[in-house]
Amino acid sequence: MTDHTPQPQRPDIHAVTPVPVRHPSRWIGGAILLVLAAMFIHLLATNDNLKWSVVWQYMFDKEILAGLGRTLLLTCLAMIGGLAIGIVLAIMRLSHNPVFQTVSWAWIWFFRGVPPLVQLIFWYNLALLIPVLSIGIPFGPQFWSANMNDLITPFSAALLGLSFTESAYAAEMIRAGIQAVSGGQTEAAATLGMSKSQTLRRIVLPQALRIIIPPIGNDTISMLKFTSLVSVLALPDLLYSAQMIYARTYQTIPLLIVATIWYLLMSTILTLIEHYIEHRLSDGKPISISRIVASLFKSRFWTSRRAEASL
Amino acid sequence: MSIANPNPMPLLNVERLSKSYGSHHVLKGIDMSVAAGDVTCIVGPSGSGKSTLLRCLNYLEVPDSGAIFLQGEPVGMRWRGEKLYRMSFNELSVQRQKMGMVFQGFNLFPHKTALENVIEAPVIVKGIGKAQAAEEGMALLDKVGLKERAHYYPRQLSGGQQQRVAIARSLAMQPTLMLFDEPTSALDPELVGEVLSVMRQLAEEGMTMVVVTHEMSFARDVADHLIFMDGGVIVEAGAPNDVLSRPQHARTQSFLARVL
Repeated sequence: MTDHTPQPQRPDIHAVTPVPVRHPSRWIGGAILLVLAAMFIHLLATNDNLKWSVVWQYMFDKEILAGLGRTLLLTCLAMIGGLAIGIVLAIMRLSHNPVFQTVSWAWIWFFRGVPPLVQLIFWYNLALLIPVLSIGIPFGPQFWSANMNDLITPFSAALLGLSFTESAYAAEMIRAGIQAVSGGQTEAAATLGMSKSQTLRRIVLPQALRIIIPPIGNDTISMLKFTSLVSVLALPDLLYSAQMIYARTYQTIPLLIVATIWYLLMSTILTLIEHYIEHRLSDGKPISISRIVASLFKSRFWTSRRAEASL
Repeated sequence: MSIANPNPMPLLNVERLSKSYGSHHVLKGIDMSVAAGDVTCIVGPSGSGKSTLLRCLNYLEVPDSGAIFLQGEPVGMRWRGEKLYRMSFNELSVQRQKMGMVFQGFNLFPHKTALENVIEAPVIVKGIGKAQAAEEGMALLDKVGLKERAHYYPRQLSGGQQQRVAIARSLAMQPTLMLFDEPTSALDPELVGEVLSVMRQLAEEGMTMVVVTHEMSFARDVADHLIFMDGGVIVEAGAPNDVLSRPQHARTQSFLARVL
């Protein structure tokens, strides 16, 4: 079928620039979001219930700072405990001993499956299950014993719950990191006459660390936020300190904002540290602040926790 | 290259070596010996068991039965009185130091420079001082023509260069025997020559070498002894010219007809 209508007079195709494709949806979507953002800022600026003056008043309050200190201490100790147990679990998981493998698997299965909040309450009430803790020969004489109620404080219960949860995730990340180092590397080390521990220390772990450190950094940031769960044990961390103050003063929203600002500040600092380390590990490229900041916007920090843990 | 060996004991002796994976017999009773200073090339179709044989020699694969003797000592096993014991990994590593190995996939340590790859084992395993190891390492890199690349990381080197670093890394442990597992099979055709010429040079210097290869011209020119394997057995062995020019067995003939 041919078209007999006369063709319009057209300019030479090489002499003209084509009109670019229009993207009306981008403009409409952007405009809607800008309006919503403006409404939100207007709310923050004009809503009297926020009481910014109260926020600034409590920002550096002694109680709040002490709570922040406990939050950071708990984050740090729970990560150290979790990583230490995680390394042992990962090595057990990779060993040829079926008992080690099974125990490690069961531990990871249990602590990944039980919510940390349930664990915290459970550990806190451990004395109901095991009233007396004693050290001695199994089914034999005891050398030392203590009342469980004296051992389990809100802090130790929180530490147990958080570090055991972390250990399960850390173990999987460390195992994945070690397994990602190719078998050819250990074979090459073996043919050079290196022992097993030399191979692990000099060849496998340095390569595995590059893979393990970024998700561990992510977990540290998540741990900072997870510590807020300890408020159920009446442990005065950052959140519970704020709660105690607003229980007295009824300034609920301003004090929640104080806690929110501190959490945001701390997680941003941790994210910067993580990106700094990640950047140093990747191919030994020179470090530039602008590239670290740019990479922040591509960070897994903004995506859901634990997505990368199940490598 | 074939100098009459006054020493009656071969450097390496393999007796009735067998290996199977499940029901698949990869090696069905291999007997071979390698004299000091000789170059032995092992050729054969893929799946013939030649790489497995090579990997059994330094116990990267543990054979099911049979014995390997290096300088008269059993590999991977040790006598205590009248009882024979398997060696632990760390006991084995002492024997493995005497057998350098070059892999098809290079297996350089990616987090270390070329020089660091070469000096790693001398420093860590032998306890040689870093300065002395570096000096000897540079000499080895010079030997394989990569002195200028000493401080490059493996990813910055071509495949041929990586394989030459891998050869230098093995030589750094001063092995009495070098094993090559298809050293040029992962290389682009134009890079094969540089690796083969380093291997030729090693052979001329009198290094004892066992080479699994598909490079027939290398085998013809350099090898003192050629082994043709198929189906887990040594079908034919002898001087390379005899085996390549006048193959006796039908299987050797049909293999050579395809590759030559």
